Amino acid sequence: MTASTANSPAGSAKFLRFVSEGIKRIPPVYPVFFIIFISLGFLSESYQTTPGIMTFLRRTSPLAILAIGEMMVLASGGFDLSIGSIVTMVVLGSSLILNNDPAMAPQAILVMLGLGLVIGLVNGLVVSYLKIPSFIATLGMMLLVKGGALYWVGGAPRGYLTDNWRAFGRGYFENVPLVGRFPYALLILLVIAVLSYFIFHRANFGKQVLAIGDNVRASQLSGVKVRLVRVMTFVISSLFAVIAGIMIGGFGGVNVTIGEGLEMQTIAACVVGGALMLGGKGSVPNVIFGAFTMEAVFSLLNLLGLPKPYKDAVQGLIIIGAVAYVAFSTRKKR
Amino acid sequence: MMNTTVSGNQFKNFWRSVRIPPVYIFLIAIFIFGGILDRVFSDGQVFTNRAIQLNILVRSVALGIVAVGQTLVIIGASIDLSVAYVISITAVMSSYIMQGEAANVPKAIVVVFAIGALIGLVNGLVITKLHVNSFIATLGTSLVVKGIINATFSNYTGSVPKSFQYFGYGTVGPIPVAIIVLLVIVIAGWLLLTRTKFGSHLYGVGGNVEVARLSGLRTDRVLIGAHILCSMSAVLTGLFLVSRLQSGAPWVGPDGLYDLESVATTVVGGTALAGGKGGVWGTLAGVLIFGVLDTVFNQLGVNPYLKTVLRGAIIVLAVASYTYRSKKEAA
Amino acid sequence: MNEDQNKLTPEKNADLKPLLEVRNITKQFPGVLALDDVSLKFMPGEVHAVVGENGAGKSTLMKIMAGAYIADSGEMYLSGEKVSFSHPQEAQARGITIIYQEFNLLPERTVAHNIFLGREPSRFGVIDLRRMNRDAEEVLKEIGVEKMISPTSLASNLSVAEQQLVEIAKAISFKAKVLIMDEPTAALTYTEVKLLADLIGKLRDKGMAIIFISHRLVEVFDIAEKITVLKDGQLVNTVNAADVSPADLVFMMVGRTLDHYFPPLGNPEDFGDVVLKVRNASNHFLKDINFELRRGEVLGIAGLQGSGRTEMAQAIFGVVPFKIGSVELHGKTIIIKSPSHAIKNRLGFVTEDRKAEGIVPMQPIRDNMLLTVRSTQPVFGAIYQDGIKKSRNLVPTLGKQVDVRTDSYDREAQFLSGGNQQKVVLSKWLASDADVFIFDEPTRGIDVEAKASIHDMIRALTKHGIAVLMISSELPEIIGMSDRVLVMWDGHIVGELPAKSSEQEIMLMATGRKKDDAAQALPVAGMK
Repeated sequence: MTASTANSPAGSAKFLRFVSEGIKRIPPVYPVFFIIFISLGFLSESYQTTPGIMTFLRRTSPLAILAIGEMMVLASGGFDLSIGSIVTMVVLGSSLILNNDPAMAPQAILVMLGLGLVIGLVNGLVVSYLKIPSFIATLGMMLLVKGGALYWVGGAPRGYLTDNWRAFGRGYFENVPLVGRFPYALLILLVIAVLSYFIFHRANFGKQVLAIGDNVRASQLSGVKVRLVRVMTFVISSLFAVIAGIMIGGFGGVNVTIGEGLEMQTIAACVVGGALMLGGKGSVPNVIFGAFTMEAVFSLLNLLGLPKPYKDAVQGLIIIGAVAYVAFSTRKKR
Repeated sequence: MMNTTVSGNQFKNFWRSVRIPPVYIFLIAIFIFGGILDRVFSDGQVFTNRAIQLNILVRSVALGIVAVGQTLVIIGASIDLSVAYVISITAVMSSYIMQGEAANVPKAIVVVFAIGALIGLVNGLVITKLHVNSFIATLGTSLVVKGIINATFSNYTGSVPKSFQYFGYGTVGPIPVAIIVLLVIVIAGWLLLTRTKFGSHLYGVGGNVEVARLSGLRTDRVLIGAHILCSMSAVLTGLFLVSRLQSGAPWVGPDGLYDLESVATTVVGGTALAGGKGGVWGTLAGVLIFGVLDTVFNQLGVNPYLKTVLRGAIIVLAVASYTYRSKKEAA
Repeated sequence: MNEDQNKLTPEKNADLKPLLEVRNITKQFPGVLALDDVSLKFMPGEVHAVVGENGAGKSTLMKIMAGAYIADSGEMYLSGEKVSFSHPQEAQARGITIIYQEFNLLPERTVAHNIFLGREPSRFGVIDLRRMNRDAEEVLKEIGVEKMISPTSLASNLSVAEQQLVEIAKAISFKAKVLIMDEPTAALTYTEVKLLADLIGKLRDKGMAIIFISHRLVEVFDIAEKITVLKDGQLVNTVNAADVSPADLVFMMVGRTLDHYFPPLGNPEDFGDVVLKVRNASNHFLKDINFELRRGEVLGIAGLQGSGRTEMAQAIFGVVPFKIGSVELHGKTIIIKSPSHAIKNRLGFVTEDRKAEGIVPMQPIRDNMLLTVRSTQPVFGAIYQDGIKKSRNLVPTLGKQVDVRTDSYDREAQFLSGGNQQKVVLSKWLASDADVFIFDEPTRGIDVEAKASIHDMIRALTKHGIAVLMISSELPEIIGMSDRVLVMWDGHIVGELPAKSSEQEIMLMATGRKKDDAAQALPVAGMK
């Protein structure tokens, strides 16, 4: 930034303007999240305490990880609707592989990451080479993965997730200074967030993803390997979905509907976090807070006593509202 | 043949406006291939048993009706992914209102069509007035409808009277009523697209919305109209399903994959996802292809989960057969 | 409707009321005053050309008259009555129809459907197809093309010229009194232009006011009776075509003589080795392309739209590669398969359509400038590969080199003016180390000042031993910049001309005529 303001005569006025410009630049997701989270605090005392906040963060981490992966696909102009099915596959498949034997965990993780890699590659290749809009391609993949997972386990959940496996999602580091208990899930999120921040905001990859989402033709003519980059976004999204699936397995039991609707929840989190539908804009920290905001909204509705199925309806309204808000504000700018 | 040049021309024009799409060749090929598979691995009834052949058609009715509606919105360069839940809400609401009483049938039908029209209107308004991408808009409304259904109904609700099952099971002579309804809908869709101002304007809006606007069309209204018709077609599918199932359940729509499959059959039928091109006869062929595959899978006794996998793969490959030649990068 | 008896000649117009009149029209776009207090009169039975450089405000004025834009201030009078339009349909209803430069037909619909889109003859919403086709046939007959075009053929099956005729038929079907055409001849061949000129004559004789924009002065003098010159949004003058010479007109348009407009040509002694050599190369669009390009040289590529100029650039750059033939680059025979491959081989391609192919609008200027550099580096590599300091300095250095006017390189590229965007695109290629540059319409749609600075930059590149291939539709640009000129027509190179060839020579080749036809040459614009 070229801000050499301080010692000019109108310096203080300029400085004020600089501050107000800066405030205007804060993405709306942050104030929205804090307002909702503070209202949560008023409604339930547990959101005022460190353990309560840690529980909230533990619960939200998988969604945030999904949102980071999905955001990369969205930023390139695509969609990945297969992530919910991938979560289902991970939970069903790993319980089968583990077969109550904790020692099988490393193998199960490798198999799942391998499957995630294949799914992501197929998604990316189908979109890039067969030129099917990703919306349709990944919807097809959603069916395929879900059907495949159910076929694999024989239609009903089999086996159990071992405790060491479940720890990824629900375990804590005990006696951590300042916060007391620190969830594993949050650590996983932090590691992924830092990694993603680097490849998306500090490496060529992210800039090329945004360029593709913004103007494919121009990017291609500037030498960007559009297909390679696009395939990578789908692979990252699938791999992150596998990681989220491993964590989600720790929360609930093994059931066939565990990943259902997650793709929509994730897209909602991304949209709330300012990722632009059809590409060109996206940010790792913002979509993480988008995920936090979604979870905070659901917690709020829960506390207010709204029946659970309405979660879908609220999500639908949030998605439409957020996209319409973006459409409205960009039209105004033009 | 016709003698005069005028009627010869007319015949040619008629033929051109019908535009039998090449996908019918594909349909016949699939039928023959499926029949051979059936003969080799099973009892070969696909070729010989008329009841099974008729069943292909009956199975296609539910998807066929809603696919005609989907064709309209896709020609308008939009898409409707809310049809599955419109089908669900129709099924549960109609059987809930009917409660097995024939006297309640008209009331139920009016209510569900009103609901369908409302959902279509909302879809259209969100897309045209709020400028929300049609994928997102209709998925959003579909989530809203899903939430409302699941909050209200959790299982089979109510039932339909015997008389209403005529729609699903009745026959006129040897021909099932359902097939007649499907044909009527397809022909109505065809006439709407080729013979009315609405159809012509819809092609205009889908082909190039700016050209349509500069030609003085009220493009928003045309697209909203298409969305309302699409939702209404989903309602009709819902009514057909509830008449077959005798009672409505909230999962009939999404479990039947009507959203994805209506899009896939439309694309397979030669209607471009980009809009402005295509027609309902192609869609019908696409639907029949899915019907044949379904029947063949059943004949061969394919595992139901494997069937889902195959369906997913077939949908993707079917769409790919139209898109892979495109010069533009997909996203 | 036989109106031939009240045929109007330009001489009589003096006593007539104008059919359409604009007074004091002003239109402001963000950052540009597109039209500044423009007043004009258009007479019935008169063909009126509006000329001016890109960015002079011609198209804006046309769009205001047709109701597609709304003027910020000023009035419009139609047959003496004050009118204002908020939608193109209102203008159409009053008899003002515009044919845009981009084609406005639906490719998948029939000619009749296209002509009557939105006005289909119908009863209760049901179209009377027979009547519609008959009416369409009538309209086509009215402009004398019923033998060429059938009402039931699909628009996509028609040639470019035929499509244009359908658009004119559509305009006629509105019972238009004023017909506005934005560069109607841009994509037409010589014979097609002739056909169009005849048709315009016919329409004029019916008492219509025809307004058209053209960059080709040859046609302006051939077709129009009155010529209005716009420059930088202001009216320079309106003159009778008979009273001025092409050179006068060019002077009015540019505001100075062209000699000072372009940097001096290169010195043939300074040209280096052949760096790019294309031999017998073809693909589905191009036939037998042969040429050589030397270091330090600007090789101009002239030709009409659709002659294969852009396709040739795309083939060299690997967008749509050559299928057969050979390309020799830096002395090595290679096949360039993709743009990224081309960039690795030090080719640069400044594309024609800035918006669609040049900038990534929502990204900062910084990222636009670094796009080509990034694409040669590992995908997951860090942004500052060459050391943070060096790379950080790259952007401001480039910015200064091309003189981008902005307060911050973090501003999104979409908020820059056209000229500045083009400079950003240029800087992207300067960053890429290319030593063979292809420019496709480097100055389309940007203001005179930015144009001059881009011309200077192109010439400066050649001073550093860079070879330049420059495609342009603007003959003055071709003549002013090129050390040699290749002329393309119908997918192949029809000939090569030396520096300082005349517009006439280039135009004749570009319309596919042999040199010996020169005797029947049209009046020619230009400096000589």
